[in-house]
Amino acid sequence: MSARKLILCHDCDLLNRVAELPSGASALCPRCGGLLDRRVPNSIDRTLALTLAGLVLFLVANAFPFLAMKMQGQVTDTTLASGVRALYAHDERFVGSLVLFTTIVAPLLQLLLLLSVLAPLRFGRRVPGMIPMFRLLRRVESWSMMEVFLIGILVSLVKLADMAQIVPGIAIWSFALLIPVLVAAKASLDPHLVWERIGRRA
Amino acid sequence: MSEPEKALAARSLASCHDCALVVRLPAGRAHVAARCPRCGAKVHRRKVDSLARTWALVITAAMLYVPANIYPVMTVTSLGKSQSDTIMSGAIYLLQHGMWPLALVVFVASVLVPLLKLAALSGLLISVQRGSSWRPRDRTRLYRITEVVGPWSMVDIYVVTILMALVSLGQLASIEAGLGAVFFAGVVILTLLAAESFDPRLIWDRAEASHARS
Repeated sequence: MSARKLILCHDCDLLNRVAELPSGASALCPRCGGLLDRRVPNSIDRTLALTLAGLVLFLVANAFPFLAMKMQGQVTDTTLASGVRALYAHDERFVGSLVLFTTIVAPLLQLLLLLSVLAPLRFGRRVPGMIPMFRLLRRVESWSMMEVFLIGILVSLVKLADMAQIVPGIAIWSFALLIPVLVAAKASLDPHLVWERIGRRA
Repeated sequence: MSEPEKALAARSLASCHDCALVVRLPAGRAHVAARCPRCGAKVHRRKVDSLARTWALVITAAMLYVPANIYPVMTVTSLGKSQSDTIMSGAIYLLQHGMWPLALVVFVASVLVPLLKLAALSGLLISVQRGSSWRPRDRTRLYRITEVVGPWSMVDIYVVTILMALVSLGQLASIEAGLGAVFFAGVVILTLLAAESFDPRLIWDRAEASHARS
């Protein structure tokens, strides 16, 4: 009994008793097929490593232009922030804020929150604010849309190809790397484990 | 435990929305909000007012979907000529330039995804309200898909952003975001929120109830 824990399926509310899973295994709900529980090997170390890599890539992706355009001897660079600035300059505050939030604020917040929750856990510590931080992380994750932005860059490339010469910048490569890193970080995170470690002792 | 006993036990249990801890709720009243002993969040058996909230978001998004597709998302002015693109004409432009894989991505992400999301969520809402017990497993799967595909509709918004940033400095051409982009951004946000506010467990509540009756 003690080795089995109660899990209500997130999607269909079926009550399940799930045995302690071996590393790398996952348990699916027998009724609806939803994911009940999952043990990722070295989840905390792995996610932390990916988070650190992600932060470096995020900085590079933001600090350098991802596209440059040459038109009649004129060169224009664009970074993530300059796109948002252009929208604000044209008084498109609503669209500008949405782009700012989904491509800069949410991914950065996602990485910083992962770091601030997992780094203390890695060294067996609990710090105040971990619970609200992890809660916020779960909310913010679904608004981080870097991978969609990369497709946006590709579409823009094609649209401008007629008008001007387009040169990809360094940031485009860090974007291309950042996306699998973010996906892998999300996949290696084991929320059950984190909650068990950071939760108040009931 | 026998099956009915299990169902009875499950009725007084709820899982915390944030940390998934199984919490025993005070018996009797269904709407008593308990606090999760582990993370301190309010525990509800089901998302609060899920059906009403989801309907409100779906209907509003459907209303915005029309102007989002009629008004141009951007206007390109080049050498005195100006050309406006709607979501649809943007996808057709890509197709005409032989970029059919990208045209397909844009068409699916911007035109089909919002439409199918709205249709899927409406279908799920109606099925729950009618107490349908038709294929709950497939309906749950449909819900999971609507959750995953949502963000891809942002592609067009990002394209407008990037083009504006690149072209706004040149005097030879300028790009303006159109009214369509504002409506479209609204559709994307509202459909994301709608998917989040729907509670897939309602599908199983009704399926269970009608199973028990028969």
